[in-house]
Amino acid sequence: MNTKGLAMTRPPALLGTSGIVFLIVLAVVAVLVPVLNLAVTPDSAVHVPTYVVSLLGKYLTYALLALSVDLIWGYVGILSLGQGAFFALGGYAMGMYLMRQIGTRGVYGDPVLPDFMVFLNWKELPWFWYGFDMFPFAALMVLLAPGLLALVFGWFAFRSRVTGVYLSIITQAMTFALLLAFFRNDMGFGGNNGLTDFKDILGFNIQADGTRLVLFVLSAVALGLGYVLCRFLVRSHFGKVLVAIRDAETRVRFTGYRAENYKLVAFVVSAMLAGIAGALYVPQVGIINPSEFSPANSIEIIVWVAVGGRGTLVGAALGAVLVNYAKTYFTSGILAPYWLFMLGGLFVAVTLFLPKGIVGTYYDWREKRRPHDDIPGAPIAAPGPAE
Amino acid sequence: MTDTATLEPLAEAAPAAKKELTEALLYLDAVTVTFDGFRALNALSFTVDPGEMRAVIGPNGAGKTTMMDVITGKTRPDRGDVFFNGGTTDLTKLDETQIATLGIGRKFQKPTVFESHTVLDNLRLALKGQRRALPNIFRRESAAERERIDEIFETIRLTEHRDRLGGALSHGQKQWLEIGMLLAQDPKLLLVDEPVAGMTDAETAQTAELLRAINANGHSVVVVEHDMTFVRDLGVRVMCLHEGSVLAEGTLDQVSANERVIEVYLGR
Ligand SMILES: Nc1ncnc2c1ncn2[C@@H]1O[C@H](COP(=O)(O)OP(=O)(O)OP(=O)(O)O)[C@@H](O)[C@H]1O
Ligand SMILES: [Mg+2]
Repeated sequence: MNTKGLAMTRPPALLGTSGIVFLIVLAVVAVLVPVLNLAVTPDSAVHVPTYVVSLLGKYLTYALLALSVDLIWGYVGILSLGQGAFFALGGYAMGMYLMRQIGTRGVYGDPVLPDFMVFLNWKELPWFWYGFDMFPFAALMVLLAPGLLALVFGWFAFRSRVTGVYLSIITQAMTFALLLAFFRNDMGFGGNNGLTDFKDILGFNIQADGTRLVLFVLSAVALGLGYVLCRFLVRSHFGKVLVAIRDAETRVRFTGYRAENYKLVAFVVSAMLAGIAGALYVPQVGIINPSEFSPANSIEIIVWVAVGGRGTLVGAALGAVLVNYAKTYFTSGILAPYWLFMLGGLFVAVTLFLPKGIVGTYYDWREKRRPHDDIPGAPIAAPGPAE
Repeated sequence: MTDTATLEPLAEAAPAAKKELTEALLYLDAVTVTFDGFRALNALSFTVDPGEMRAVIGPNGAGKTTMMDVITGKTRPDRGDVFFNGGTTDLTKLDETQIATLGIGRKFQKPTVFESHTVLDNLRLALKGQRRALPNIFRRESAAERERIDEIFETIRLTEHRDRLGGALSHGQKQWLEIGMLLAQDPKLLLVDEPVAGMTDAETAQTAELLRAINANGHSVVVVEHDMTFVRDLGVRVMCLHEGSVLAEGTLDQVSANERVIEVYLGR
């Protein structure tokens, strides 16, 4: 943040100190991990095996997903318990592209139909699978599918002024409905097996180390750009209206702003970010199935954001990485059966003892240390959630 | 606005009523609001002229805040007419945002500022200008806007607090900030609900002065207040509400001499 005198004459910097630190760390990771994977021999202690690269890449897509939740929960107060649906839709759009790349290499060798359709005795490709053999079309769908769902859903919900718990419940219902729909074989998305056995992406072998590294780096780039976009949005006049809606929606309406339109724009942007995260996630984990729509997934994202610090952006990304690291660590050991209890316990503990999350608490601490007097007349830098 | 109503529904009204309507900035006729059978407003009728400042007094629960809720679109009346701008606009057909855009600003009874925004950002958000979502993503503050905000800061005497958070202000300062936000909106009509609650005597006097200055600048003002010294300082026409209708109207001296007013309100 800027210092006192400057803040009045110059618009505040786009990136705060923590934002710059975040982007630097991200850049270092994006460079270091590939180097340690490629340039260091496997017997070395600092070698990063390819499976770890993909694991880290998965964390980065989760971090982007968490960022998308923080944009609407942290800054507009929309507690979406259905964000996983947008992530999954982005993932399915990418998965459909990857399925069509398989071509004759499938078990049944059909040049057009994916295996599961041949298995179901389908003769023709359903219309909604058209175009997914072209990457640009699929990439567009990665944005449009979640974006349109958010637009329609949000238009109805915000216009009828559904807020708070009710809004959370209907977002949860939305993802649950999609879960049930995608489980059905006749929906045409592979039923409960989902889409998998991918062979290549844009002509590159999806299993190859090089491809995995590129996907990892792309995930880091997407996270960095997503962060800059969110930061730009929340610091704009538009973003200030969002925070105002979070704190006093009625006042915003009486000031002449259409609160529902602001919410809708934020909701759609957030859904698209989640879709991009899903699209980067699928090629790295090699599968997308309906379990991605499960309500519990969406709730987990909220825990990541709460742990890292709601309304701080950086915190959301940090929380996603930390909690998922813990998840990987614990679910592979003897403590595996207890992971869900630990996650629940973590959420309760954070709510009770660290309500502002890790980064939010750090900001408070930094604010207290900074010498200033609260005498009227002395400007006080804003420790607001925007920083 | 496309959905503003015309004079049609009132075309057959008596000529006298029609003249009253076309000359009034705000026109309420027989407005009734019931909450679960309880009449918060009971056939309330009054008009506010362009450029007028009006004080509204009355006991707790008289319906003063509900009256503002009806004018600003927060509450829909069960019956009655609410017209703005010489009868050209039917307010009962519009929502809060449309009404605000027409030029009716409101200060709430409980001071409501944007607590996690700085005082400066509070004014920026209120300042008359672009209200649509997408253009506001790329909006830059103009020099004229900056000047206007500086002026408002002078008027509401919060210049040295501009970088503090709205939530960190004292109760009285929040009241002023909210009045400042109203000024920034530049409405034709200001509805001000209990602006001096929680203020010292000196602050109260300053607030009366401030509202008089705002009124002198051409804004119409309706002020609800219990503080009689303040109402006297305003020196404007007074209206006393009781059980959802107008009990008495006139100068403060006339109204406070009214027996019914003394009985239900002043003589408590
Ligand atoms: N949303 C509501 N639901 C039910 N009753 C309400 C509602 N709003 C107001 N009332 C009732 O309507 C009556 C008028 O309330 P109102 O707030 O308009 O009074 P007031 O004149 O502003 O009083 P005060 O001086 O205490 O602010 C009160 O009895 C109140 O309890
Ligand atoms: Mg009231």
